[in-house]
Amino acid sequence: MQLFPCPFCGPRDETEFHYGGDAGNVRPDGIDVPTDRWAGYLYLRGNPKGTAREIWVHMICGEFFVMERDTVTHKVLSSAALDGEHAA
Amino acid sequence: MTTRYSALSLFKEGLAGQTGWQPAWRSPEPKPSYDAIVIGGGGHGLATAYYLAKNHNITRVAVLEKGWIGGGNTGRNTTVVRSNYYYPESVELYGLAHRLYEGLSKGLNYNVMLSQRGMVNLCHSTAEMEIGARTVNAMQINGIDAELFSPDDVRRVAPIYNFSPDARFPVFGGIWQGRAGTARHDAVAWGYARAASRLGVDIIQNCEITGFIIEGGRCRGVQTSRGAIRAERIGMAVAGHSSVLAAKAGFRLPINSYALQACVSEPVKPILDTVVLSPGCGVYVSQSDKGEIVIGGGLDRIPSYAQRGNLPTLEAVIAGVLEMFPIFGQLKLMRQWAGIVDVVPDSSPIIGESPLPGLFLNCGWGTGGFKAIPAGGTLLAQLLASGKHNDISRPFDLDRFATGRLIDEAAGSGIAH
Amino acid sequence: MTASRLATGGSAIDRSRPIRFSFDGTIVQGFAGDTIASALLAGDVAVVGRSFKYHRPRGIWGAGVEEPNALVDIGGSRATPNTRATTEPARDGLVAKSVNATPSALADRNAFLDRFARFIPAAFYYKTFMWPDWHRFEPRIRAMAGLGTVDADWTSPGMADQINHHCDVLVVGAGPAGLAAARLAAGAGLTVTLVDDQQSPGGSLGYRAGEIDGKPAAVWVKETIAELAAGGHLILPSTTALGIYDHNLVGLNQRHFDGRPDTLWRVRPRQIVLATGAIERPLPFANNDLPGIMSADAAFAYLRRHAVLVGRRIIVATNNDSAYEVAGALAEASAEVRLVDIRRNGTPAAPANARLIKGRSLASASGKLRVDGVTLDDGTRFDADCVLVSGGWTPTIHLFGQAKGKLAWSDARAAFLPGDPVDGIAVIGAAAGAVSLSEVFAGAGPAFAPLGQTKAPLPRSTGPKATGGILPAWPIPGSKGRIWIDYQNDVTVKDVELAARENFVSVEHLKRYTTLGMATDQGKTSNLPGLALMAGITGRTVPEVGTTTYRPPFTPVPLASFAGARVGELMAPVRRLPLENVHRANGAVFQEYGGWLRPAHYGGYADAERSIADEALRARQSVALFDGSTLGKIEVIGPQAAAFVDFLYYNTMSTLKPGRCRYGFMLSENGVVFDDGVLVRLGEHRFVVSCSSSHVAAVHARLEEWRQDRFGRGAVYIHNATSDMATLTVSGPNSRKLLKALGLGLSLGDADLPHMAIAHGSYAGDEVRITRVSFTGDRSYEISIRADRAEPLWAHLRKAGQAFDAVAIGLEALMILRAEKGFIVIGKDTDGTTLPHDLGVDGPRVKRQTEFVGRRSLFTEEASRDNRMQLVGLAVPQGEAPLPTGAHGIKRIDGRLRSQGFVTSSYQSPTLGRPVALGLIERGATRHGETIDIQHLGKISKATITAPCAFDPAGERLHA
Repeated sequence: MQLFPCPFCGPRDETEFHYGGDAGNVRPDGIDVPTDRWAGYLYLRGNPKGTAREIWVHMICGEFFVMERDTVTHKVLSSAALDGEHAA
Repeated sequence: MTTRYSALSLFKEGLAGQTGWQPAWRSPEPKPSYDAIVIGGGGHGLATAYYLAKNHNITRVAVLEKGWIGGGNTGRNTTVVRSNYYYPESVELYGLAHRLYEGLSKGLNYNVMLSQRGMVNLCHSTAEMEIGARTVNAMQINGIDAELFSPDDVRRVAPIYNFSPDARFPVFGGIWQGRAGTARHDAVAWGYARAASRLGVDIIQNCEITGFIIEGGRCRGVQTSRGAIRAERIGMAVAGHSSVLAAKAGFRLPINSYALQACVSEPVKPILDTVVLSPGCGVYVSQSDKGEIVIGGGLDRIPSYAQRGNLPTLEAVIAGVLEMFPIFGQLKLMRQWAGIVDVVPDSSPIIGESPLPGLFLNCGWGTGGFKAIPAGGTLLAQLLASGKHNDISRPFDLDRFATGRLIDEAAGSGIAH
Repeated sequence: MTASRLATGGSAIDRSRPIRFSFDGTIVQGFAGDTIASALLAGDVAVVGRSFKYHRPRGIWGAGVEEPNALVDIGGSRATPNTRATTEPARDGLVAKSVNATPSALADRNAFLDRFARFIPAAFYYKTFMWPDWHRFEPRIRAMAGLGTVDADWTSPGMADQINHHCDVLVVGAGPAGLAAARLAAGAGLTVTLVDDQQSPGGSLGYRAGEIDGKPAAVWVKETIAELAAGGHLILPSTTALGIYDHNLVGLNQRHFDGRPDTLWRVRPRQIVLATGAIERPLPFANNDLPGIMSADAAFAYLRRHAVLVGRRIIVATNNDSAYEVAGALAEASAEVRLVDIRRNGTPAAPANARLIKGRSLASASGKLRVDGVTLDDGTRFDADCVLVSGGWTPTIHLFGQAKGKLAWSDARAAFLPGDPVDGIAVIGAAAGAVSLSEVFAGAGPAFAPLGQTKAPLPRSTGPKATGGILPAWPIPGSKGRIWIDYQNDVTVKDVELAARENFVSVEHLKRYTTLGMATDQGKTSNLPGLALMAGITGRTVPEVGTTTYRPPFTPVPLASFAGARVGELMAPVRRLPLENVHRANGAVFQEYGGWLRPAHYGGYADAERSIADEALRARQSVALFDGSTLGKIEVIGPQAAAFVDFLYYNTMSTLKPGRCRYGFMLSENGVVFDDGVLVRLGEHRFVVSCSSSHVAAVHARLEEWRQDRFGRGAVYIHNATSDMATLTVSGPNSRKLLKALGLGLSLGDADLPHMAIAHGSYAGDEVRITRVSFTGDRSYEISIRADRAEPLWAHLRKAGQAFDAVAIGLEALMILRAEKGFIVIGKDTDGTTLPHDLGVDGPRVKRQTEFVGRRSLFTEEASRDNRMQLVGLAVPQGEAPLPTGAHGIKRIDGRLRSQGFVTSSYQSPTLGRPVALGLIERGATRHGETIDIQHLGKISKATITAPCAFDPAGERLHA
């Protein structure tokens, strides 16, 4: 059982969280977005072995946040609320 | 020296103290160049090398394995072999694998213990039975053996299942594939390794890829912990670590890596004769020839490269097992482990040339790569040999994510494979 | 062997409480406090089981969790297969049976297999059984495999408790190291949890001599435990640490001996102290698996704890000091003892009354069903009824290994020891290679150093001086005879040699190829000798060969412990309606739909189908009442609410006027229709998303995600009010009349409350919201009211409805009504590939200028394909039965059968008197009127493609 730090609620069991994807995967708007760009946004992932920067949601409070953690050791490096109005 | 495996050779060797057996595969030093390199000494990689030699007469081939062959997901899965798929594209792919499995022991001269004891995917409601009918009909239309089971049929093949009226997930019926079953996972890797080695393939263990040799925009070899090795055609079959190699080659894949757990009970005398999957309980269960109850479930929900299981998922999976088979409440868990799987948005594999020309992909098998090993090897071998897809591999090319032509079994059949 | 119970002694047994139990049908006597193993030994039962493969007779090896041989099936109400006799308390009336033996361990009818051993070496099965086919051989092999037997009549003793626990320090192992660490940590003001897998604490102090702080060890143990208990620290005996999981969560399995299932503890300590001791290794010599050959340390434990003397003429063979004390104690108990030490120099003095033979090792043992003698490497033979061996000590570092701790090889100890420290974990005592008590205690102080220091002095010990001197005695390649490495799985030196010959030299290949260490004991006694042998064969050092991965659980753990309370409905709780009991009282038959338990029908007739048809028919004739409380009611509020719903919906929603509703789709980013439903605009900045019942949680999560990702906290607020309110639907030609009878205090005129509009009223003082939307095609009103006030309103509707022949309908009738109209259910009439234009809604795709979720995906190559599957109606020839849902439309391409779509919904319509069906068919929208072949389970029938709507296509009944 991993412990994740929700920026709003503090450390909680992993089962309360849901993985939301890579941080920084900005959505391109419009119907003119090139096919590869749109497919990249939808499907391509960094999937790093080691330090990863990810969006997570704490399902209990409903807040999304950014967490940095190591995908091999499972060590949590940091977590922070989304910066202001938009996700990074 | 004894090379061929048979009851007679085993008997003769028995009289001679089993001292005449040859190495199952050679462990040569890597050569500076090959006609083709296969990265990854799991089932898919070894099968690729074997079919390159056997089907295409390309024998100057190296299989490069970071650790020991068969040590990734080939040696960590729950050994189910089946082809109960919905879409014609999937049926072609897994049907090919299933047929090749049926001739594999004789073909490799290695008993992979294909045990076709059947598999039932249970349906727990009227709605699931309707989807079950949709799936069975699709399978029959596509030429795969399938039956729609009634509750009595289920009772016949799995009498110890929980048929109590209080069961959380009552049995309305199921999807049956009689040709499905299990095979001995290690034997598949070792059998391919032995056969490939005898055809001239070099199997290089403890050889980690540190980079790709890229010249003129094309992949022309690899840098490894045992030196540079060149080849004009390079295939990679490194389930769980596909993204890591892709990053070294300079591209991204539509893959997330997750841990998939499996576990076994202590061995007991035969009590369960088929493979039983309950979508409600989120678990499938079989009994190995050794007597262990073999248990597989869903993914640990956190992207990970740590090859170990976690408690929350294990608890949920075991609860599912006991709901399916309450009498297993007297059993004990003997061993728990995990593998790292490539999870692709449509849960179908990726087979084809990568964005780096000369480098070909066999990845994205998710939780179901073992059953596809003979096909994955055959198709990647063909790609490496000819540079071209055949009809079976074409739909699984990476380009489907741009065209939107995904092959999503869960979307079509409602069954997550 | 002539083992016996001594007349006096035995710290664990209570001679005033004799017990009797049966083993393989024979009565065994013992005392309370005996384990099954100690009682069997006291009764001189030598053969207690049969090995997995060769069915070799096997006796008790150890006295704890490392036991490879003595497994028994325990019968009766607490049936447990494969129970370790060495850790299972004997109790009166218990019925135990040896595993893998028929009819008994002593007279196993498969014992003949051993004579064919040379033909069935490691992994022989990969080399044969291929012709004619493995299927011919498999059933017999399968029947031979497995150990214990599952009791088909077993019933659960109830659900296992699971306990979450926090403490400063968790000490695993209550031997000298663990006790000392626990005591010191407690003294430093830390909260301590101390667990041990034995029933009583003390570990080796329970039988090995020594004085601690000037007291006999047993007294020190007792006082330490009492002190910890008095300090409020948690002490869990009979509890095994099964694994260390992520972020140092430790799983414990606690046994109870009162019929209760075991308890799973999830402990989150700040510091883990592993004082898990060490396990004695066997020695390699021919026939070293014979009954009567056992661990010297175990024999010592049986002597002191259970007053069992394991033999009269005993050979003790060793390569280290620890067996000397054993030999001395056995000699003192009047056994004839010969101590054979492989070492020529540096040995301790011979124990009194025992004969010491230095510089010699055992070459072989002899005997059939029990050992009767040994031959030394110089050819000397001694008769013996028991052979005790000590091949050195393997520190128990499984848990450290699970926590990804690196191991370091120690030549001095001939063992792997914990290497670089792991955060939050300390390993002390014999597990860290300590030998003497003073060494053990010295390690206890720093064990919890990260949390604080103790001022208390370390315990001081006096006792036999142990040097830890050891001369490795690994199995040697080319040795004569059959030398066992893994007892349970029958792996011998020759098998390891065979593996090496065939290039299975990697330690993981060795394990898998020979099954070394894969038995129920997980190789606790066999792993190290096995890999040391492989090192010897391949000319590598032991650390070069390395170890296999340590995997949980440390010892087998009942499945029930992991399941805990997740049994039956608690495994996956269903959601329930506020009015469930009212519906039950009205005769409703419930089924689960998308996680909700809802009335399928109200059981008007014994035959469910007839009840459903009757409900659907009467709904069209007069008025139907339906509990639609499960429908989503998610409020979207805020200055950018209109822009927000525009982005979330496929359809433009911002043009909706307050007080009005609009039907629309929500798409996923891949363009697929994710949900459909009605959006209500309550005010300029306030909407209610009415989504599908089974999608509420997912839609809510999606709204939150886009709110936080794209709109921000100040722009929109989202509140899921689904379970706050009950929604009761009144539908049918007489629905308005029935509503009028309620007196809701609002005008129901079509001008004031037209179709797709809302109004507010009140009922019994509570505000109600009336939404005029229809899923039946008839005039319909949804009344939403506080969930806890819904019951009187439902009762009123039922009562007032009698005048109109109102009928309560379940979900099945509603399914018929909506299918008659061609209204879809997402996930049933769509699949995970369905795009909005497949459902005939192409307008927004073509016309919308503003961005929305999934938009770009509607213009991919795939989305623009001209042969997409599209929603259609399907009609059958007159007089035929409804099409089976799940049947496929078929066609032939190049002679091959292909699907061209499938039936998604199909019912007999009582109103129309004929079947109605919906389906997704290739190019279906352009093929109305075409007749196609439909296949179901091999049978082919015909159907004609129609428009989806089969009833009132003009929609006149909405206003009737």
